[in-house]
Amino acid sequence: MKIKSILAASACALALGAGSANAETFKWSFQGDVQSLDPHGLNETFTLGFLGNVYEGLTYYDKNLELQPGLAVSWENTGPTTWIFKLREGVKFHDGGDFNADDVIFSWKRTLTAGSDMKGYGSRMKDIKKIDDYTIEVETPAPNPILPRELVFYYMMDKEWSEKHGSVEATSPKAADSTATYAAQNANGTGPFILTERQPDVRSTFKRFDGYWKDIPTNVTEVNFTPISQGATRVAALISGELDLVYPVPVQDWNRLEEAEGVSPLTGPEARTIFLGMDQWRDELLYSNIKGKNPLKDKRVRAAMAHAIDLNAIDKKIMRGAAVPSGLLIAPQINGHDADFNKPYAYDPEKSKALLTEAGYPEGFELGMDCPNNRYVNDEKICQAVVGLLARVGIKVDLNAQPKSKYFAKVSPQNGNDTSFYLLGWTPSSMDVHNVLYNLMSSFDTEKNTGQFNYGRYSNPRIDEIASNVEKETDQAKRQKMVAEAFSILKEDVGYLPLHQQPLSWGVRDGVTLSQRADNVLDIRYVVIGK
Amino acid sequence: MSDISSEAPSFITRFRESDLWYNFKRSPGAMIAAFLTFIIVFGAVFANFVAPHNPFDLATVDLFDGLLPPAWEADGKASYLLGTDDQGRDVFSTILYGSRISLIVGFASVGFAAVLGITVGLISGYAGGMVDSFLMRVADVQLSFPAILIALLIDGIARGIMPREVHDELAVYVLVVAIGLSFWVQYARTVRSSVLVERNKEYVQAGQVIGLPDWIILVRHILPNVMGPVLVIATIQLALAVITEATLSFLGVGVPPTSPSLGTLIRIGNDYLFSGEWWITIFPGVALVVLVLSVNILGDWLRDALNPKLR
Repeated sequence: MKIKSILAASACALALGAGSANAETFKWSFQGDVQSLDPHGLNETFTLGFLGNVYEGLTYYDKNLELQPGLAVSWENTGPTTWIFKLREGVKFHDGGDFNADDVIFSWKRTLTAGSDMKGYGSRMKDIKKIDDYTIEVETPAPNPILPRELVFYYMMDKEWSEKHGSVEATSPKAADSTATYAAQNANGTGPFILTERQPDVRSTFKRFDGYWKDIPTNVTEVNFTPISQGATRVAALISGELDLVYPVPVQDWNRLEEAEGVSPLTGPEARTIFLGMDQWRDELLYSNIKGKNPLKDKRVRAAMAHAIDLNAIDKKIMRGAAVPSGLLIAPQINGHDADFNKPYAYDPEKSKALLTEAGYPEGFELGMDCPNNRYVNDEKICQAVVGLLARVGIKVDLNAQPKSKYFAKVSPQNGNDTSFYLLGWTPSSMDVHNVLYNLMSSFDTEKNTGQFNYGRYSNPRIDEIASNVEKETDQAKRQKMVAEAFSILKEDVGYLPLHQQPLSWGVRDGVTLSQRADNVLDIRYVVIGK
Repeated sequence: MSDISSEAPSFITRFRESDLWYNFKRSPGAMIAAFLTFIIVFGAVFANFVAPHNPFDLATVDLFDGLLPPAWEADGKASYLLGTDDQGRDVFSTILYGSRISLIVGFASVGFAAVLGITVGLISGYAGGMVDSFLMRVADVQLSFPAILIALLIDGIARGIMPREVHDELAVYVLVVAIGLSFWVQYARTVRSSVLVERNKEYVQAGQVIGLPDWIILVRHILPNVMGPVLVIATIQLALAVITEATLSFLGVGVPPTSPSLGTLIRIGNDYLFSGEWWITIFPGVALVVLVLSVNILGDWLRDALNPKLR
C-alpha cells in the first residue's frame, strides 16, 4: 500500500514535471468506447454525453441539469405550436465554418434520415423555417411545452462540412458498415474540444478549441480517453495515478478507493432506471423450447417473472446496497415521478410458481436473455442474478452477455428487435416522464417514431393515447393524473420489470475537481485540474 | 513373447518389482506430488458426489448466500467451506467442477497432440528423405511460434466462423484442438529421433524381410520401443496444457462462464481483488498452482526415473 502510494506520488510528480506550466491533460476512462462519432447515430446517454464536449445543441444543461442557452440565445413560444429561436452569432465550427440557421435546418433533416437514432427527437418538430441567418421558427406537430429541454442532446452539425465529406445522412453504428462513413470517424462541432486522434476501442484524444464562444471553468487543454472494460483494471489504473477519472467504479470497490491514498470515490443517486423488457409481439419466442406460442404474451407469465425476481437481494449482493429498488421506469429526480407507484412487485416465488402453473407452464420454460456487459453498473452480474432467481421458479434462462456495441446491434429495431428478454437502462434526457412514455411505453411505430426503444414491443392503445395527450397538456395537475393512469396500466399489464436506480459511481484522483451530473454525463467544461 | 510362459508374473507383481516402483518409494517429492494429483483428479472426476453443492444447478443457488467468506472467518457459514462468490455459488464446489473442465481439456489436448505428433514422428523417421524433410520443416516453423499464440489464433478463427451459441457448446473441443495443435511438435521430434535409431535394428530388418507391411512394423514393433520418452513428455505437457487452458480462459477466449474452468474462475474472481473478497480468486488460483506443480514434479521424476544414465 505504502509503496504503491509513493510510486503513485512520484508518477504524479514526474507527470507534473514533464508538462509545461499551462498544459493540463485530463485522462479518463469508461468501461466501453463510444460506438460512433456521428452525433445522430446512437441515442445512448454515454455516447451523447461524450460527444457533448465536441458538439452542442441549441440548449444546454449546466452542472445542476438546469436548462441554459446553448447555440440558441433565447427562445419564445409565439403560438401554441410555434417557437422562435434566436441563434448565437459568431459561433465557429472547429474547421472554421460559421454556425447559422442553415446548419440547424440541415441537422434537423439529418436526424430524420434512415440511419438516425434521433428520429424520436427529430419528429418532435414538424417544420423549421429560416427567418434570417440567426433566427428560426420551429413548428411542432402538437403543443410541446418542454421542447427546449428536448433539444439538449440534439446536436448541430455543419452543413458545408457534412456535404463536403459525404455525410449528409446519419449512420447508425447498429448497421454493419457504420464505421465506413466520414462523420462516424471524424467530428466537427462547435464545442470546447477538438478531436485530434481516434482509434476505436483504444484511444481518443482531444485538444482545447481556442475559438470556443463561451468562458468555461476548465483549465484542461488536452483530453485522453481510454476505454478499459475490466472493472478491476480500471480501478487499478486510477489508484496508480495513470488516470484522473474512471467510471463506473464497480460498487464493490468503493471501500478500496476510500482507503487508497490520492483517490476518492464520487457517488450519488443517478437518474437512470435499470429494467428488464420482454418480447410481447412475436407469436413464437425466438430462443425457447416452447414452440408455436409466446409465453411472454401471457400476462400471468410476466407477473410470475416479476414475483420471482428479488430486487432486495440484487441490491444487497450485486449492488452492495448502493442501488434503489424501483417499481417505476423513472427515477425520483424525473418530472412526473409518482411515489404511489414506486413499490416494486413483491418477491414471492410461491406465487410465481402458482402463476406459471395457472398459465400452463408448471415445469417452466426456456428463454434466451440479452445483456450488455460494459454499459451499466455491474450489468452482467445483475443478469446472472436474474438468471439464478428465475431458475428457482423453473424458468431456464440462457444468458447472452456481450459488449454494448454487439448488444445494441442485436436488440435494436434496426435488427428487428432480435431478443426475447433483455436488460436496459434509461435516463430520460429531457428529465421528463413524457420521454419515457414516448420511447419505452408507447407502441412501436415507425411512422410516428414512437416506441423506438420499446425493444419488446409492449403495446397498449390507452397508453399510446395518454402519451400523445401528455405531450400537449400544460396543466401540471391534469398531466400528472394522466401519467398516473399510464403507470397503473403498465403495472397492471406487467409491461416491464423495473429493477432499480443505479448509483453514480465515479473514481476521481485527488486534486481534480469536476461536477457529477445526475444523468451520469461527464462535462469536461467543469473539469479543473489542481496541483 | 508368451511362448515360454511357464509362470508369467502378474502385472502387479511385475510393477512392484520394477525399478520404477523402487525409485518412486524412495522419492518423497514424487510421492507427495502423486498424492496431491490423485486428490485433485479424484475430486474432479467425482465432483458430482464430492462437491457439497452443485453450483451450476441455478435452482439451488441462493443469491442471499452471495459473498460469504470462508467458513473459518467470522461471517462464514459451515456449509460453504471456502466461501461463496457474488451469485452465491460455493467456491469449493466450483473449484472441483472447474478442475474437471481443466483436466478434461488437459488430458484430451495432450492425447490429441500425442496421437498427431507420434504419427508424424513415426512416418517422418521411418520414411526419411523428402517426407522427413518436409514434415520436420513444418515442425520447425511451428516451433518458432509460442504455443499460446497458436492456440489464440485457432480459437480466434473458430470464433469467427461459428455463431456464438455453437461456439459456446463447442468451446471445449475448440480448446482441445487449439492446444493440441500447438503441442504436437515435441512428440514428433522425439519420436522421429527414436525411430531413426530403431529402424536399423535387426528386429525391424527381420520384419521387413518376412514381408510385414510397414504400418505393422511401425505400430507393433517400433512404437512400443519409443514410448518411454513420449510418456515423459505427455506428463510434463499435461501441466503445460492445463496452464495454457487457464491462460486462454483468463483472457476470456476459453470456456464460457457457464461451465467455468479454473482459469475462468480466476478471471471472474479478479473483479473482487480490490474489494476484499479475496477467496473468490485466490482459492481457484491455489488449486491451479497445486495441480500444475504436482503434475510437473511427477513428470520430472518420471524423466529421471526412466533415464538409464541417471541410475
